[in-house]
Amino acid sequence: MTLLVIDLWLILEKTLLIAGIIGLSFFIAMYTTLAERKVAAWLQDRRGPNRAGPFGIFQPLADGGKLFFKEEIIPLAANKFLFILGPALAMITALITSTVIPWATPFITKGGNVIPMQVADVDMGILLAFSIVSVGVYGIMIGGWASNNKFSLMAAIRGASQMVSYELPMGLALIAVLFMTGSLKMSEIVANQVQHGWHVIYQPLGFIIFFVCALAECNRTPFDLPEAENELNFGYHQEYSSMKLGFYLFAEYINMFISSAIMVTIYFGGYDIPFVNEASWGLSSFWMTVISFSVIMMKISFMLFVFLWIRWTIPRFRYDQLMNLGWKKLIPLALLNMVITAAVILWLNK
Amino acid sequence: MLTQRAKEVDRKPMTFLESIYLWNIVKGMGITISHLFKKKATINYPEQTRTFSKVFRGLHVLNRDAEGRENCTACGLCAVACPAEAITMEAAERLPGEENLYREEKYAAKYEINMLRCIFCGLCEEACPKDAIYLSQTFAPANYGRKGFIYKKEDLLIPNPVTDKEAYEKALGDKPVKN
Repeated sequence: MTLLVIDLWLILEKTLLIAGIIGLSFFIAMYTTLAERKVAAWLQDRRGPNRAGPFGIFQPLADGGKLFFKEEIIPLAANKFLFILGPALAMITALITSTVIPWATPFITKGGNVIPMQVADVDMGILLAFSIVSVGVYGIMIGGWASNNKFSLMAAIRGASQMVSYELPMGLALIAVLFMTGSLKMSEIVANQVQHGWHVIYQPLGFIIFFVCALAECNRTPFDLPEAENELNFGYHQEYSSMKLGFYLFAEYINMFISSAIMVTIYFGGYDIPFVNEASWGLSSFWMTVISFSVIMMKISFMLFVFLWIRWTIPRFRYDQLMNLGWKKLIPLALLNMVITAAVILWLNK
Repeated sequence: MLTQRAKEVDRKPMTFLESIYLWNIVKGMGITISHLFKKKATINYPEQTRTFSKVFRGLHVLNRDAEGRENCTACGLCAVACPAEAITMEAAERLPGEENLYREEKYAAKYEINMLRCIFCGLCEEACPKDAIYLSQTFAPANYGRKGFIYKKEDLLIPNPVTDKEAYEKALGDKPVKN
C-alpha cells in the first residue's frame, strides 16, 4: 500500500511557478518604485529620475545597490532577534499571498497534462490570501516594538489598529462577491466572471469599499499613518537602515502588487479579456496562456497606477478621520451592500 | 474687505456622502491627471541651458586690448571696491621687452579671485578705470575642493586676440570692446 506518491513533475512544475512568481513580484516591486517617482514627477509637472540608463530604467538597481552597501545599524537597546524578524516577516507575508492568484489560463502540454498557472488552487483561496495579509501587520508591529523607540511603537500601534479596522469592511465587501460566486476558490471566482461579466459591474460599491480598504491595508496614502513622516519620523522603520529598511519598503510595494492582483482577480475578471470570446479564436493553449497573462498584467499595472495616482493627489487623513471613515462609514456601507446583494440574489432565484 | 476670490467658510456639518470624501477625491484626481499632460517645467540641465539675461553677472574675465596686451595695471581699485574681499593681487614692473605683454608700465604679477567669497555684484567691473575686468555670461563650475574655487590669473585671463582670435571672441561674448 502506498501512502504517499511523490510526483516529481508536480514538484518541478510548482517550484518553477513559485520561482517565477517570486521573481515577478520582485521585478514589479522594483519597477513600481521607479513608477512611483516618475508618476509623482509627472503629476507635479516634473520629469522624474532619468539619468540612470534610458528614461531612468536602471534607477531601481541603483537604489537597491545603494541600500545593500549602506551601513547596518542595530540600536543598542533594540531586541536583536525581533529587530531582524520584523522586516523578514513583512517580506515573507508579502510574498506568500500570491500563491492563490490564478495568473493565466491553464497551459496544456502536448501529452495532455494540464498545468494550472496558479501555485495552489485551494478551496478557501481568497480566505487564505486574507489571513496571510493580516499576518503582515506583525511585521510592522514587531519591527516597531523591537526598535525600542517611542515613535516606532506609536506607529506600530497605529498600523495594527488601522489594519484591524479596515479588514472588517474589506471582508464584508468580499462576502457580497462570494454570494454571487458561491465559492472561495479563486479559479471559480474568475470562471464566474468569464461567464457572467466582471463583478465590478454588479458590485461597484463593493469594489470601492474594497479598494479603499486595500489602500489602508497596504499603508498607502491617504492611510499611511504608520509611516507619517511629519508626525512620527518615518514611523515603524525609523531605526532601520541598510537592506532591512529596503525590505520594509520593498514589502510595501509587493503588497501593492499583490493587492492589485487580488482586486483584479475578484472584481476585474482576472485574466479574462473583456468584450471578446477568446475561446473561439482557436489559439493553442500556449498562446492563450501568454495572452491571458499579459492581460492580467495590464490590468494590474493600471491598478498600480491608480494607487500611485491617489498617493500624489490627496494628503494623509487625520487619525480620527481614519477611524471614523473605517468604522462609521465603510462598515455600514459594506453591510448595506451585502444585504442588497443577498436580497437581489434571493429575489432572482425565487 | 472681501476680495472677489474670498469664500465664506461653510461650517455646516458634512452630509454622509461628503463625509466619505469620495467625490472630492475624484475631483482632486481629475486635477492631478490633467497635470500629466502639461508641459514640464524642468530644464534638462547639462543638455539644455537656460539663456541668461543681458545683464547677467557671471565669472570674471581679465581683459586684453586689441593687440593682446593685458589691460590690468594692478592699481587695486577692484580689490578696494570688492565688498566680499575676494580679490587679491600683487603688482610688478614691466621690464623692457615686455611691451607686447602688458599695456602699461605696471602689471598684475598675481591676480586671484576667490569664487566662494565672490558675490558677483559687479562692483569690480565698475571700479576698474582700465576696462581690465568684467563679468562674463558663464558661472563657476562645481569643484571637489575649496582650492579649485580660487581662480588664478591663468584661469581669468581672456585668450589672446592676436594668437587665438576665435577663442577670444567667444570669451568676449557680447561685451563691447572699448579702448
